[in-house]
Amino acid sequence: MLKVNNLRAEINGKEILKGINLEVRPGEVHAIMGPNGSGKSTLSMVLAGNPSYDVTGGSVEFYGKDLLAMSPEVRSHEGLFLGFQYPVEIPGVSMVNFMRAAVNAKRKYFGMEPMSASEFLKMMREKRSVVELDNKLASRSVNEGFSGGEKKRNEIFQMAVLEPRLSILDETDSGLDIDALRIVAEGVNKLKSADNATIVITHYQRLLDYIKPDIVHILYKGRIVKTAGPELALELEERGYDWIKEEVERKDAEQRR
Amino acid sequence: MEESIRQYIELYEHHRDALCSHSIPAMNALREQAAGHLRHARLPRLGSENYEITSLSELLGKDYGVNINRLPMDVNPAESFRCGVPRLSTSLFLTINDRFALTPISTNGLPAGVTVCSLNSQGAVPSEIIGRYYGGLASLDNPIAALNTLLAQDGILIHVARGTKVDKTIQLVNILQSAVPLMAVRRVLIVLEENAEVNILACDHTQNNTVDMMNLQVVEIYAGAGSRLEYYEMEESSVRSVRLSALYAEQSADSHVTINGITLYNGVTRNEYYCRFTGKGAELSLCGMGIEDGERRLDTYSHVEHTVGYCHTDELFKYVLDDSSRGAFTGLVRVDEGAVKTEAYQSNRNIVGSGEARMYSKPQLEIYNDDVKCSHGTAIGRLDEMQLFYMRSRGLAEEEAKLLLKQAFLSDVIEKVRLSHLRERLTYLVERRFAGGEDACLSCKGQESCGEVDMNIEY
Ligand SMILES: Nc1ncnc2c1ncn2[C@@H]1O[C@H](COP(=O)(O)OP(=O)(O)OP(=O)(O)O)[C@@H](O)[C@H]1O
Ligand SMILES: [Mg+2]
Repeated sequence: MLKVNNLRAEINGKEILKGINLEVRPGEVHAIMGPNGSGKSTLSMVLAGNPSYDVTGGSVEFYGKDLLAMSPEVRSHEGLFLGFQYPVEIPGVSMVNFMRAAVNAKRKYFGMEPMSASEFLKMMREKRSVVELDNKLASRSVNEGFSGGEKKRNEIFQMAVLEPRLSILDETDSGLDIDALRIVAEGVNKLKSADNATIVITHYQRLLDYIKPDIVHILYKGRIVKTAGPELALELEERGYDWIKEEVERKDAEQRR
Repeated sequence: MEESIRQYIELYEHHRDALCSHSIPAMNALREQAAGHLRHARLPRLGSENYEITSLSELLGKDYGVNINRLPMDVNPAESFRCGVPRLSTSLFLTINDRFALTPISTNGLPAGVTVCSLNSQGAVPSEIIGRYYGGLASLDNPIAALNTLLAQDGILIHVARGTKVDKTIQLVNILQSAVPLMAVRRVLIVLEENAEVNILACDHTQNNTVDMMNLQVVEIYAGAGSRLEYYEMEESSVRSVRLSALYAEQSADSHVTINGITLYNGVTRNEYYCRFTGKGAELSLCGMGIEDGERRLDTYSHVEHTVGYCHTDELFKYVLDDSSRGAFTGLVRVDEGAVKTEAYQSNRNIVGSGEARMYSKPQLEIYNDDVKCSHGTAIGRLDEMQLFYMRSRGLAEEEAKLLLKQAFLSDVIEKVRLSHLRERLTYLVERRFAGGEDACLSCKGQESCGEVDMNIEY
């Protein structure tokens, strides 16, 4: 479904992604790990179409279409979802109105009539239960005054509402207590199917205990430097990143020679 | 004498008798004095102090007609008064241009103790009140007030007797409608005696966008001790209209006054607010919002004076500007030496969208004692990129996301509206304003249940 080919991107003239290659197929769960500042969030932002980032090279195919040519909203309609590392607060816009606008925008894109009020409320109720999101949060302004954990739950709630084909979850586990982590992970698993795929960006094995990845990538200095099975995450948990960094440095040195 | 003033002075001199014959002595008594001030006035121009975007000299220099002989206008109110705030059950009064008119539901549900009438009413209560209060606050040094005082022939008196609480909102609908360029000179006098309570909604409607129209208005508000007033003004006029309004309020001890000026559609508008306290423990909430696009101009000037202690001012103005529109906010809060324990907060926040829009903001505090809590702030910014992207990533089109953010930006001014019906209605009108872009009445197509009121009116 997703083919990322030699993707390069920069922000404010600083190159962050230096040639990313990645392929995701339906039904797969990928984990992307890597030290702070290596470009994980940048990759997720670029895939979701944040206009603050400039793509300077490479291509991305999403179900055979050119993802990079689409606006962020069309990417969403086509089934891409980004769970933000830092969900954005929007005072004055209620969650309910926000979600209604989102749902109806997608329906419009597919030539469907807006959802009726009762249908919509019923759906909101159902989806809320997926992540046990408090009803009170749904009636408040988007993320305003939500705790860190509530914001992350709210991301999964929105994902449940939008039913994406590919979800990129950027550190959805950080800031969650143990119960919330379980609820969020179960939510993700409930929404999993043979047709959709998930990319989880995380620093911790504990999330991967719940959401079992098929493939684990390590992103370092803007490149995917290692790809392996789930055992790689366990190895990182034990050994940290130093050996990866050394490996990369060694290879670079060899290349230079 | 200034050229743009001369035409009005000459008009007055030539038609003095006709002008005075239609009005009560209290109004006529001040005309000579007003003329005296105007003869020596120097009208503010673009860039004069506190006039960043409005040139009175230029605006008043145009040739508007004044309805000296009080000819009834050929206006079909059912046609003109469409949008308003329907579904809000109010006691409805009209001024058509500057002529007072009753509607069949004018006095429905108003308790005894409330007088709403033309300034030219002959009754004993109005005469006594008008005689006592008319012109008491409006300063003739202000050219807007002076010109209004010179030419005003009619307007509205709202008087609420001591201890009277009015549940029903009093709605004043001002309709500007004319086939030829016209200046409507309207005067409003609001007097709340001790412990009186009332909510007033004044809506300006201009349907016509082919004829130049000026609305020259002066409002004087006296809030007696312990009284409560909520006064909302909503402008839904057209790009060819000019509104020059000067509002003067004086608050006695422990009174609570809310003034909220809402500009949804306009042409060129200058709203001035002059507020002062004469007794301790009074509270003023002065707020407003404006949505400007195209070539529209919105200029707010406010002057709040704390001469006595223990009073509270909360001031908030918010604008959203797009295209080539211009906005200005000049606000002065002055706290005198003796005004201890004053609390005064002033804030002006603006979003300048795409295009050439400009905002001038000048909040000012002048404080002459230490025992106060005051703050002021201003912000002029763009829509937040990250908020926009977040919304778009959920599937909202860029335009829709912007629209929601602009609406959200104004939401705290709307939240300040305590009348829940009006708040809901306003939320809807703002939404439609951002979505539609066209002038309200022109885009309404009559589906707004405007016809609810049977519009047989009496002058
Ligand atoms: N607006 C910006 N201007 C310049 N540099 C930026 C900007 N935003 C991010 N960066 C830089 O880009 C690099 C990659 O950041 P990114 O957020 O993608 O890292 P990350 O892998 O997600 O890290 P973390 O694990 O801490 O979330 C960092 O060095 C960061 O400082
Ligand atoms: Mg990150």
